[in-house]
Amino acid sequence: MNAHLAEHFDDPPQQKEAAMLGMWAFIATEVLFFGVLLAAYIVCRWRFPAGFADGSRHTDLLLGSIETAVLLASGCIMAVGLREIQLAKQRSACLAIVITAALGVAFLVLHGMEYVDEYHEGLIPTVRYLQNGTDADSMEVFFCLYYVITGLHSLHVLIGVVLLLVIAERTRRGHFSPHYYTPLEIAGLYWSLVDIVWIFVYPGIYLAGHSA
Amino acid sequence: MTDVFVRDSPLRRSYLWQGGHTLRSWLLSTDHKRIALLYAASITLFFFLGAVAAALMRLTLIDPQGRLMSAETYNKTFTFHGVVMVWFFLIPSIPATLGNFLVPLMVGARDLAFPRLNLFSWYLYMVGGLFTIACLLLGGVDTGWTFYTPFSTMFSDSHVILAVVGVFVVGFSSILTGLNFIVTIHTMRAPGMHWYRLPLFIWGIYATSIVMMLATPVLAMTLCLIGLERLFGVGIFDPSLGGDPVLFQHFFWFYSHPAVYIMILPAMGVVSELICCGARRRIFGYRFMTWSLLGIAFIGFLVWGHHMFVAGQSMYASMAFSILSFIVAVPSAIKVFNWVSTLYRGTIDFHAPMLYALGFIGLFMLGGLTGLFLAAVALDVNLTDTYFVVAHFHYIMVGGSVMAYLGGIHFWWPKITGRLYSERMAQLAAVLMFIGFNLTFFPQYLLGYMGMPRRYHQYPPQFHALNVLSSIGAVVLAISYLMPLFYFARSLRSGASAGPNPWQAAGLEWMTSSPPPEHNFVETPVVTEGPYAYHEHEEQA
Ligand SMILES: [Cu+2]
Repeated sequence: MNAHLAEHFDDPPQQKEAAMLGMWAFIATEVLFFGVLLAAYIVCRWRFPAGFADGSRHTDLLLGSIETAVLLASGCIMAVGLREIQLAKQRSACLAIVITAALGVAFLVLHGMEYVDEYHEGLIPTVRYLQNGTDADSMEVFFCLYYVITGLHSLHVLIGVVLLLVIAERTRRGHFSPHYYTPLEIAGLYWSLVDIVWIFVYPGIYLAGHSA
Repeated sequence: MTDVFVRDSPLRRSYLWQGGHTLRSWLLSTDHKRIALLYAASITLFFFLGAVAAALMRLTLIDPQGRLMSAETYNKTFTFHGVVMVWFFLIPSIPATLGNFLVPLMVGARDLAFPRLNLFSWYLYMVGGLFTIACLLLGGVDTGWTFYTPFSTMFSDSHVILAVVGVFVVGFSSILTGLNFIVTIHTMRAPGMHWYRLPLFIWGIYATSIVMMLATPVLAMTLCLIGLERLFGVGIFDPSLGGDPVLFQHFFWFYSHPAVYIMILPAMGVVSELICCGARRRIFGYRFMTWSLLGIAFIGFLVWGHHMFVAGQSMYASMAFSILSFIVAVPSAIKVFNWVSTLYRGTIDFHAPMLYALGFIGLFMLGGLTGLFLAAVALDVNLTDTYFVVAHFHYIMVGGSVMAYLGGIHFWWPKITGRLYSERMAQLAAVLMFIGFNLTFFPQYLLGYMGMPRRYHQYPPQFHALNVLSSIGAVVLAISYLMPLFYFARSLRSGASAGPNPWQAAGLEWMTSSPPPEHNFVETPVVTEGPYAYHEHEEQA
């Protein structure tokens, strides 16, 4: 048990408390990173309602919905993984984490398919933008923000997948037990952040204005 | 040098000796005290780089024609000065040096919560610094430290991206430092050290860390958008693509106003320590002091619009931001009153740290009161973008933060190095700094009031006399900044041994040896009383 205790901490509970608080603080900074982009999105949407509604209609609602389902399911399975390690079931915990990572990869692939479709439709500003019409300019601002926001989110998913694979390997090697599983819990917190950001992205970008 | 170490046994039992003495042992050290010294060396370097830029500007402004440099070079000079002084000196100054050194000592811990993260943030700082130096060597950037759009995204043909990347990277260093402090203060306090027994320096660092963590991401993302806009033509701030340049100002000042508090809150913490020790008194109104620190940090997030009174923001928004800016002055005033009340009937010792602290109070008051002028919309419309603004923020940042930083360095120098310095020389430098500072920047209030705009290298002849006066002041100021380099160097070579507590100060950091051992305390201290118990100690003695 004490093998995991760094020398500057007094006891394992203190170390765990520090690690968890550090992660929550990190999540607070992440919320602000995405907060700026979502604020910019709201301001621009309010300025150009027509162009942004048009932009939303050009996104792929079906793929976006599947991605949402995939991500939410992965979050649920990650929570199962945490529960399993608390019950000392290393093997099924490892399996749950691997499935979570696999769903993360699935999310990235689906999102990549969206990007490819958009390339063919000419919806990527400055790279290939073939729209014209009255709202084409403000729709371009929509797609700028769409790429910055979803791009940054996908980057977080990618980092999360790598993190989960490392944790899965450590679980397989038996590094974690009901007495010590802080890294696993921290990875789970990070994965929830990725989930929650998407919960704001999906209605804001895909759903809003889609039916208008 | 080695001889001194060997002969001097306190040094042999300290972090300076125990961690090894190769360059490698310093560059890979996770000891918060060594990292503090790495920061101290690097920010000193950047301070003098920024100071050279300032000296060149003052030299240009001696001549109304500004013949020393072209308008373009002048733009690049003040931009370099601003970027370096704000992000590579002032923001890390007290937190990353004194904070790094003292936070674990003051709360009674062996290190910060995340020692490797701490070292990593120093490397981030250095990488950001390299980008900034590279930007300078390749020809510089001319947007001003504020990077206003659309100039920075559409028109400037200087190296905006390099500068923006440098600031982006150093931003992460400050986020991680803040995170480390918050976790340390929450989870690693010694037995008995509950929140209301923490020294005010810790409260100052705590409030600052909150601001660092919650404001800096906004800056980082905004700078990222500027980079994307220049590289890929993303049109979020670009009016020709339907974007909104004022949105940039909102985001930028959402960080950069609180950034002023990143600079001043730790300074307030330092000054509280110096005043209590120098007057041998318990701080007046301890709880008011803690809550006013947090109050400033909180309200500071709600006033950013006072930078945009003339930027086309709605009149009602301006009124709200103006009122909130007046409100944030209330907790600041509480602090000044409490410092003065602490001095009242104290046994004041005018040693160098105390002189710096008293200088801080005076200059901070002048800077703060002129801030109220600028918070009033009607006055600001006249004074905005003049030297009045320049003088105002230099009173806060240089008169406030730098005085407190140097006061703190003098106060804790014996703790950090284990040696004493020449008190006479230090007192002389402190007094010279106060005089030089006022001589440099008070004329700029007058110039601004008379209508001289900032950021020009030429001016009409009626402003000549005051500009010359300001440049003379800059010479005095420069001498007072160079002096500590000499007497501190002499102190390192041949200063007398300081002993654990040369000031007879209260506080956990003075209970361990000077310099402290690698793990700070031989035994984890147990705290039984609040901070600044000067009265009690005097009575016992
Ligand atoms: Cu401000």
